[in-house]
Amino acid sequence: MSSLPLAVRDCSTMLRRNLLHARRYPSLTLNLLLTPIMLLLLFVYIFGDTMSMGIGSGGPDRAKYIAYIVPGLLLMTIGSTVVGTAISVSNDMTEGIIARFRTMAIHRGSVIVGHVIGSVLQSILSVVLVGAVGVAIGFRSTDATALEWFAALGLLVLFSLSLTWIAVGMGLISPNAEAASNNAMPLILLPLLSSAFVPLHSMPGWFQPIAQYQPFTPAIETLRGLLLGTEIGNNAWLAIAWSLGLTVLGYFWSKAKFNQDPQR
Amino acid sequence: MNSTTNELAIAASGLRKAYGDKTVLDGIDLHVPAGTVFSLLGPNGAGKTTAVQILSTLITADAGELWVGGHNLASHPQSVRAAIGVTGQFSAVDNLITGEENMLLMADLHHLSRREGRRVAAELLERFDLVEAAKKPASTYSGGMRRRLDIAMTLVGSPRIIFLDEPTTGLDPRSRHNMWNIIRGLVAGGVTVFLTTQYLEEADELADRIAVLNGGKLVAQGTANELKRLVPGGHVRLRFTDPVAYRSAAVALREATRDEESLSLQIPSGGSQRELRAILDWLDSADVEADELTVHTPDLDDVFFALTSHPTAAAPAALKENVR
Repeated sequence: MSSLPLAVRDCSTMLRRNLLHARRYPSLTLNLLLTPIMLLLLFVYIFGDTMSMGIGSGGPDRAKYIAYIVPGLLLMTIGSTVVGTAISVSNDMTEGIIARFRTMAIHRGSVIVGHVIGSVLQSILSVVLVGAVGVAIGFRSTDATALEWFAALGLLVLFSLSLTWIAVGMGLISPNAEAASNNAMPLILLPLLSSAFVPLHSMPGWFQPIAQYQPFTPAIETLRGLLLGTEIGNNAWLAIAWSLGLTVLGYFWSKAKFNQDPQR
Repeated sequence: MNSTTNELAIAASGLRKAYGDKTVLDGIDLHVPAGTVFSLLGPNGAGKTTAVQILSTLITADAGELWVGGHNLASHPQSVRAAIGVTGQFSAVDNLITGEENMLLMADLHHLSRREGRRVAAELLERFDLVEAAKKPASTYSGGMRRRLDIAMTLVGSPRIIFLDEPTTGLDPRSRHNMWNIIRGLVAGGVTVFLTTQYLEEADELADRIAVLNGGKLVAQGTANELKRLVPGGHVRLRFTDPVAYRSAAVALREATRDEESLSLQIPSGGSQRELRAILDWLDSADVEADELTVHTPDLDDVFFALTSHPTAAAPAALKENVR
């Protein structure tokens, strides 16, 4: 019914609405940022000496551990930010305004698309902020060409897009903000079971495959490789496959949920 | 079908909706001519909101042939949406942003140009007395202000058919009268209004036609006057304190309906001055001296209680008796 330009216009209207919400009420986003920043400072300044011995630096070397941990925490930041997306989608769905949108001749998906694009922008902004903290405490990219920086940005955008779609689905099935926050918890916990804090080979043998093939590890290893020149191997393909897979899954899941009759 | 649907703003036949094994709407038929106010009246839980939600495309019906604004609801919901405006029972405003931002959001979604959007928003904020509050978040608004903002937002797209789901529930008397004036203003502009309410006074004040919904079925439909004729007409009630006086009056006034328990007699009467004088003359000539005389005229409350106090199965019987 509505042609493409109108659909684009509706989506950008909804995006503006979500950005306005985020700007007016930034506390949720900022609170969620605290987790990765606290973990970064905790693992570097408190556990740093011990942790750095585990990554094969031979002796206590915090600087080396900063380099190791920052890429993982950048991706964890995305996981943490999209929890906020799940919460705000779930909150939004309880508002009467959504019922109004559903009875208007607008592009049906624009409500969701507005949330998704807004969330990706917020994720990237959060990554930049956490990255800035990392740089402030001594993180430096050792060996990244312009192309690798570009690829790193692309990876971050693609990864946040995929987690956002999943988070939107979780928000849609959650009756309230608390449920949404609980449902989206795995997105914060998964990075703890990845190679973000310690290398895979230091984990128990039976656990290594789980850590290796979950969505975060390939993305972390790819980002590490792009920024620090470590071995990427097949992790880039795995990361892309996971991202695309989760995006498609989250998209169809969210679409189906949103198109259902709203609960009374 | 088409020749009738063109003049009818809303036409529904056999509308059904059930949640699990609980039937909410059990095959109802509605016909609302364009440019009129139609009121769906019923107690809480009668299915009024469900009917609005279905006719406004928010949820889907289980069965029924439904037309709104000349468009089939099942096959062309988007055309229906372009013709309607909805103000729900729970305010459909975005509480996190200001009143003005809410209005501009609606303007954008109706694809108005930036300039036109600002003009329409400013005009409606003015008309609904929201200029002062325009820059404040909607979450800080009072119930009446929020309802006004809600309607103002509905009007941004100049819809020809407006659904108002209990627009005055929870409002104070002044806000309620304001809302009535707003609705009258809409009708004067040729808009069709589908109004649900649990206040009979409101339906009486505003509606051209009223349908009474109870237990998922329409138990009566017509103008306010037609509905009032469905219940026993007006009467004059004579009350006695002395059983002896009561009994002698009952003998003298054979036509009167007796109520032994309260020692009262009811004489059918339309309540006009002439009829009252006739009754008084008759009482004088029969030497009846009642302790209390009250005139009772039928109102929609009588209709409402008569039609909705029975379980649904008993309602048609009650109706027949009343029509007698």
